[in-house]
Amino acid sequence: MALLEVVNLTRDFGGLRAVCEFETTFEGRELLGLIGPNGAGKTTVFNVVSGFYAPSAGQVCFQGKNTAGLKPHKVTALGVARTFQNIRLWFDLSVLDNIRVSQYYHLEYGLWDCFLRTERYKRREAAIERNAREILEALNLAEYALELPKNLPYGLQRRVEIARALSVKPKLLMLDEPAAGLSSADVDDLIKLVGWIHKEFGLAIWMIEHQMDVVMKLCTRIQVIDFGRTIAEGTPEEIQANPDVIKAYLGDDAI
Amino acid sequence: MRRFIVPLATISLLGLILTASATDTLNLYWQSVLMFMGINIILSTSLNLVNGNMGEFSCGHAGFMAVGAYVSSVLSVALFAPDGFMGGPYLPGHLAVFVFPLLLLAGGLAAAVTGLLVALPSFKTRGDYLAIITIAASYIIKSTIENVGAVGGARGFMGMAKVTEAMTAVWDIPWMILWVFAAVVFTLVVIRRYVSSTFGKGVDAVRQDEIAAEIMSVDTDRIKLVTFMLSSGLAGIAGGLFAFVLGYINPGSFTIIKSTEAMVMVYLGGMGSISGATLSAIVFTLLMEVLRPLQVGKWVLIPMMLILLMQFRPEGFFGHREFTDIFPRLRRFLGNGK
Amino acid sequence: MESFIQNILNALQWGSFYSLIALGYCLVYGVLSLINFAHGDIFMAGAYFAFFGATFLLGKTGIIPPGMPGWAVLALTIPISMILTSALGVTLERVAYRPLRRKGAHKLYVVITALMCGLVLENGNLALFGASRKNFPSLVPQVVYSLGGVSVTNLKVAVILVAVLSFLFLHYVVGKTKIGMAMQAISYDRFAVPLMGIPTDTVIVFTFVLGSSFAALAGVLFAMSYPVLDPFMGALIGWKAFIAAVVGGIGSIRGAFAGGFLLGFVEIMVVAFFPSTFRDLIAFSILLLILSLKPTGLFGVARRTKI
Repeated sequence: MALLEVVNLTRDFGGLRAVCEFETTFEGRELLGLIGPNGAGKTTVFNVVSGFYAPSAGQVCFQGKNTAGLKPHKVTALGVARTFQNIRLWFDLSVLDNIRVSQYYHLEYGLWDCFLRTERYKRREAAIERNAREILEALNLAEYALELPKNLPYGLQRRVEIARALSVKPKLLMLDEPAAGLSSADVDDLIKLVGWIHKEFGLAIWMIEHQMDVVMKLCTRIQVIDFGRTIAEGTPEEIQANPDVIKAYLGDDAI
Repeated sequence: MRRFIVPLATISLLGLILTASATDTLNLYWQSVLMFMGINIILSTSLNLVNGNMGEFSCGHAGFMAVGAYVSSVLSVALFAPDGFMGGPYLPGHLAVFVFPLLLLAGGLAAAVTGLLVALPSFKTRGDYLAIITIAASYIIKSTIENVGAVGGARGFMGMAKVTEAMTAVWDIPWMILWVFAAVVFTLVVIRRYVSSTFGKGVDAVRQDEIAAEIMSVDTDRIKLVTFMLSSGLAGIAGGLFAFVLGYINPGSFTIIKSTEAMVMVYLGGMGSISGATLSAIVFTLLMEVLRPLQVGKWVLIPMMLILLMQFRPEGFFGHREFTDIFPRLRRFLGNGK
Repeated sequence: MESFIQNILNALQWGSFYSLIALGYCLVYGVLSLINFAHGDIFMAGAYFAFFGATFLLGKTGIIPPGMPGWAVLALTIPISMILTSALGVTLERVAYRPLRRKGAHKLYVVITALMCGLVLENGNLALFGASRKNFPSLVPQVVYSLGGVSVTNLKVAVILVAVLSFLFLHYVVGKTKIGMAMQAISYDRFAVPLMGIPTDTVIVFTFVLGSSFAALAGVLFAMSYPVLDPFMGALIGWKAFIAAVVGGIGSIRGAFAGGFLLGFVEIMVVAFFPSTFRDLIAFSILLLILSLKPTGLFGVARRTKI
C-alpha cells in the first residue's frame, strides 16, 4: 500500500484551474521534490493534500484512507505534517510551548482531568513535555526552549518550525519552501538538517523548493509542474536536461 | 508545606471578611462593594478567556449573565420560597445551604448551553462577526425574558431574599459573601488550570495563528467552542450571584452597558492575563464607587479613560503577562506555572 | 391587499433609516476595515444638531426673531446638521482613530476606541442636556395622500426618496469618481495606495464626511418622523443598522442598502403578525439565521486568506 497516493487531483478557484490532473505516489521513505515557476500551483497541491481545500476532482489517499472531507487537524493526526512558506510559528508562545501545542491530537486527557489535575493529566503533560524536549535536543534547539520565537533569528525560527512539524510524529513531512529567506550559510545547514531528518526519522519528505541546489542535492525524484499541470518527472539529472522544464523556467529563447 | 500557603491564606482571608461582616466592622455598604467586586472578578476573568486569550471580540457577556441569573433565581425561588411560586416550596428551607451552590451551577450550565448555541453560527464567520452575533444574541435573550410573563417579564423577578433568609436560619452568617468568595476562588482556579495546560495553550495558539493551529493537529472548532462555553458558563454563575446579592433582577440589568463594563475590565487589565483581569475588576469596582457622585459623568469619564488607555498603553495593566512574570519568586507558592 | 401595501410602504420608510445609517458603517468598514461603533451615536448627534439648529432658526431661543417659514428652516437645518455632524465624525477620526492608525495599532484597539467614543457621545449628551426628551419642532405641514385604501404622508415619501437618491449618489461617487476609486483602492491595499501618490488621510477624511453626512440626514428625517429625541436613540438603531449592513454584505454599498431595507421589512412584518414585544427577538433571530447560512452577507464578497 502506498504511503500517499494522489490521483487525478484538480482544484479550481472560481474560473481559475490552479491544479489540473495532478498525480503523485509515495511508496516509502522517498525525498520527493516539487518544483515549478511561481504561481504553478505547488502550494495549492500542498493545501489540498493537508486538508485545507477540498479537491474539485480526484482524490487523495493516505495509507489507503481517502482524506476527502477530513479537516486539516484530522489529516495531521493520520501522519502528515507540513511547514509553510511564511513561518507560521506562534510567536508569543515559547519554543517549548510551540512544540507542546502541536501534540494536541495526542493529548489523551479531557477537560475534567485538566480541571481536577488528575494523575492522568500529570502523566500526559509530563510525557508531552518530555517529547518536546527530546525533539528540541535532537535538532540542537534545547537552549532556546524558553525563548520566544520572535526573538530568534530567521534560520533558527525555520528550524523550530521543522521541529514542531516533527513533533506530530509524521510519516510524511511536507516542507513548503524551507529555504526561502535563508542566508547561504543557513541554507547549507538546512540541507544537512533535512538530509539527516530523512535518515534519522525514517520518514518520507515532500519538498517544494525554488533553490535548485537544495533540490538537486536532497531529492531522489523531482516533479515539475507549470500552470497546474505536471510537465516532467524524474531524477535530478533527467530534470536538469529536460527541455520542457527549461522552457517553463527560462522561456522559449533559452532552448 | 509551601503548597499549603496559598490555600491557607485564602481561607484566612475568607474568615477575616466573614467575621468583619458579622460583627459589622465592615458595614453593609462595604459588604456589598466587596460582593460586587467578586462578581466583577468572575465576569472579567471569564470574558478574558474569549476576548483576551482567544483574541475574539465578544460583546454579549451580559446575555449569559442574564441566563444564569434567571435560571438560578427561578429554580431557587420555586424550590424554597414559602409563597407558593410555581406550586412550591418543594424543599425544606434548611436544605437551601446545600442546594444553593447546585442551583448556581445549574445557572452556569444553562448559560454554557446558551454559549454553545451562540458560538455555533459563528464558526463559519470570522473575526468581527462574533461581535455581531453576540450583540444580537444579547438582545434576543433580553427580549425573550421580557416576553415571559411567568418570570415577571420586563417588570422583573424577585423573591431571592427568602432563599437567603432560609440559609441564614440555619446558620447566621453573611451567606452571600461566602458564596461570592467561593465562586471567585472556583473561577480563578478553573481558569488558571485551563490556561496553563497544553489544552488551554491551544487557545493562545488559535489566537496567534489559527491556520497553523489547525495544521498542527489542534481541533480549532472544538477548542473555540469549549472556551466559549467555559466563559459563558462562568458568566452565568456570576449572574446567579448578582441576582441573589441584589434580591431583584430585571432584563434591564443585563444590557449592552453591562457587557461594556465587562469589556472595560478586560481591556484595562490586559488581554490574556488572569492577574490583570482580577486587578482591573477590583480597581473598576472601586472606581465606580468613587465616581458615584458624578452620576452620569462617570460614564463619560470611564470611556475616556479607556480611550486614553488605548492610545498610550493598550496592553492594559499587565499586557499578556501575569503577576508571576513580574514577581517570579511567587511562582513557588502557586504550584505549576507556565 | 391594501394593508399589505401599507405595510410595504411602512417597511420602506422604516428601512430607509437603517439603510442611510448602514451606508455609513459600510463606507468606513470598506476603507478602514473598522466597525465604527460610534456611528449610531453620530446619527443621534445629527438629530440633536438638527434640533438645536431648528429651534435656533425658528427664533425659539430668542437670539434671532421668529418668523422664518418652516420650509426655509428645514432647508437650512439639513445642511447645518450635515456639516456639524461631519465635523464631529472627522474629529473622532482625527483625535481617536488616526493616531492609532499611525502607530499601526492592532485593529482591536481601534474598535474598542470606537465603542468608547460612542459611550462618550451618549453619556456626554445625557450629562450636558439632561434626561428630559427633546421635542423636535414641526417644520413642514404633513400632507396625507390616499390611494385606494392606502394612505401615505409626504414625509414618508420624502424619506424613501432621500434614501434611494442617497444610494444612487453614493453608488456614483464610489464607482465613478476618482476619490471613490481611491476609497476602493484603500480597501484592497492600504499600504500601496500612498505609494501611488494618493493621499490616504484625505480619502479617509472624505469617507468619514460622507458617512457622517448621511447619518445626519437620517437623523434629521428620523427626528421629523418621530419627533421625540433622547440620548440613547442612536444606540439600538445603530446596532441594528450595523447588523443589517453585515447581513446585506458589509463592504458593499448595495449590500448595506439592501440589508437596511431587509431589516425594515422584517421588523414591520413581524409587528404586523406578532405582538410588538417580539419584534427585536424575531428580527435579530432572522438576521442571525441569514448570517449563518450566508456568512459573508447577501451581497458580500469573501476575501480569501492566502495560506
